[in-house]
Amino acid sequence: MKELVVISGKGGTGKTSLMGAFASLAENKVLCDADVDAADLHLILDPDILQQTDFEAGNTAIINTDKCSECGLCRDLCQWDAINEAFCVDSILCEGCGVCVYFCPEKAIDFPEKMCGEWFLSDTRLGPMVHARLGIAEENSGKLVSLVRQEANKLAIEKGIDLILTDGPPGIGCPVIAAIGGANAVLIVTEPTVSGVHDMERVAELASFFKVPAMVCVNKADINLEKTREIEKFAIENGLKYLGVIPFDQVFTRSMVNRQTVFEYDSNSNANKAIKNVWEKAVKEMGI
Amino acid sequence: MDGNGIFKMIISIASGKGGTGKTTIATSLAVSVDTDVQLLDCDVEEPNAHLFINPVFVKTEVVSTPVPVVDDSKCSLCDKCDEICQFKAIARIADTIITFPELCHSCGGCWEVCPEAAIEKSDRRLGDVQIGHRNGLAFVHGRLRVGEAMAPPLIEAVRSYTNPDMLTIIDAPPGTSCPVIAAMHGADFILLVTEPTPFGLHDLKLAVGAVNILGIPCGLVINRSDIGDNEVKTFAADNNIPILMEIPFDRQVAEKYSQGIIMAEVIPGWKEKFKKLYEDIQKIVY
Repeated sequence: MKELVVISGKGGTGKTSLMGAFASLAENKVLCDADVDAADLHLILDPDILQQTDFEAGNTAIINTDKCSECGLCRDLCQWDAINEAFCVDSILCEGCGVCVYFCPEKAIDFPEKMCGEWFLSDTRLGPMVHARLGIAEENSGKLVSLVRQEANKLAIEKGIDLILTDGPPGIGCPVIAAIGGANAVLIVTEPTVSGVHDMERVAELASFFKVPAMVCVNKADINLEKTREIEKFAIENGLKYLGVIPFDQVFTRSMVNRQTVFEYDSNSNANKAIKNVWEKAVKEMGI
Repeated sequence: MDGNGIFKMIISIASGKGGTGKTTIATSLAVSVDTDVQLLDCDVEEPNAHLFINPVFVKTEVVSTPVPVVDDSKCSLCDKCDEICQFKAIARIADTIITFPELCHSCGGCWEVCPEAAIEKSDRRLGDVQIGHRNGLAFVHGRLRVGEAMAPPLIEAVRSYTNPDMLTIIDAPPGTSCPVIAAMHGADFILLVTEPTPFGLHDLKLAVGAVNILGIPCGLVINRSDIGDNEVKTFAADNNIPILMEIPFDRQVAEKYSQGIIMAEVIPGWKEKFKKLYEDIQKIVY
């Protein structure tokens, strides 16, 4: 079983469009959308949801005002300032640590489990898919990312499929750490801009920190050829496998508007030849 | 309020989807308005605004969070710390209490509950806050330590530098979960930046959901407004979200961005448009 996770550091470099393109190119695979915060792959792949499951994680404190003696101990102990003067808990600020629940002398604080979102097992025209939706303003995105990856792994074993393609989140924090741990490789999709380079360097450092082999490709490469060369140089000097460039091409936007992968929309665009080349190198590198 | 009776507001710039132009808008707005302004880059995972502002940094503050260290000689193995911890950051394994500092949320439960006072605090570094300026523009950003998972406390540390005597512009991270909330709560106005594509719209809807939970007025900037489709405008109209600015796709703008050049400083006419944007926001907030 091999898992490739597509990440970028910076948002909007083309991760999901590229993931859709790879879905068109790879024959047997399970697709996994691990960007649970703002999942978009389903907008292209239009999944038939076969199974929908609630995602419960963590707890929230709720003060029972009938029992509360307003002693104020909970407010003193709360590190998140989540309890106001009227002894009402702000569920957005509450971290779910349970310290107030434990110490309340009146046992006046309930601590129910929290519904943080849901996850889905689906079929798409390009293969089975596991995806999720984190509730707005919710925490525990890392746990949900880990869950969808585990479920994708289970599904792949069940179906005898030996490749998982995972669409990762932007950034380098909790959900990204959950998305790359234990993967066979990450592909960093970057762009030749000051931000793209800066963010690629940080996410490459993260991959190295967690000992996940990293590959790099440059999208919209012709926007700044000097920065593109800078990225190639960085990749080579830092032991990242450089997979090449994809030109700036309106086919990305047009195919997205049509809810198609770039290959379904126009199999002969310039970007497509370049994407195929990147994919073939990734396949070779991972021994898929 | 300043001398002219104008209240110095906090504008947080968010998007849902990444790469829609938050930093472009935040930096252009910051250099265009005729008032004292500070820019707080709260995208601590991938801060980019400094690449455009090129500030002179005058101070770096290390931000840490307290995590437990157990003194085995005092520990009576009562297991109370293991029981209270919701994050599996402290646990009894055989005859020792083991801590996993990277899982700790610093709630303080274990050291509050320990009857032997056997738990002391040590620091886990979350990252750094850097403070600087350029041409009178005050600048602060946070840089999450690579490998650190917890961004919100570092975002709060950046926001603690908010100067109430200045207009504060916050560059928020993408997404809709806890780091974004940390960058938006308490703002007077949320400026949402999107692109008119299915991904842009889908993530915009999530961002609007988050803004509504916080109950803060918002408005929209549509970047690359001539690509994609019309759905974002329909959504904005249906939900009474004012469209405050549209920026058509321009390869020249993309190339300038790639070099770290602030759009409003090089593309003629845009400084005035950003001034107007600030005026429009003031009209909405007051």
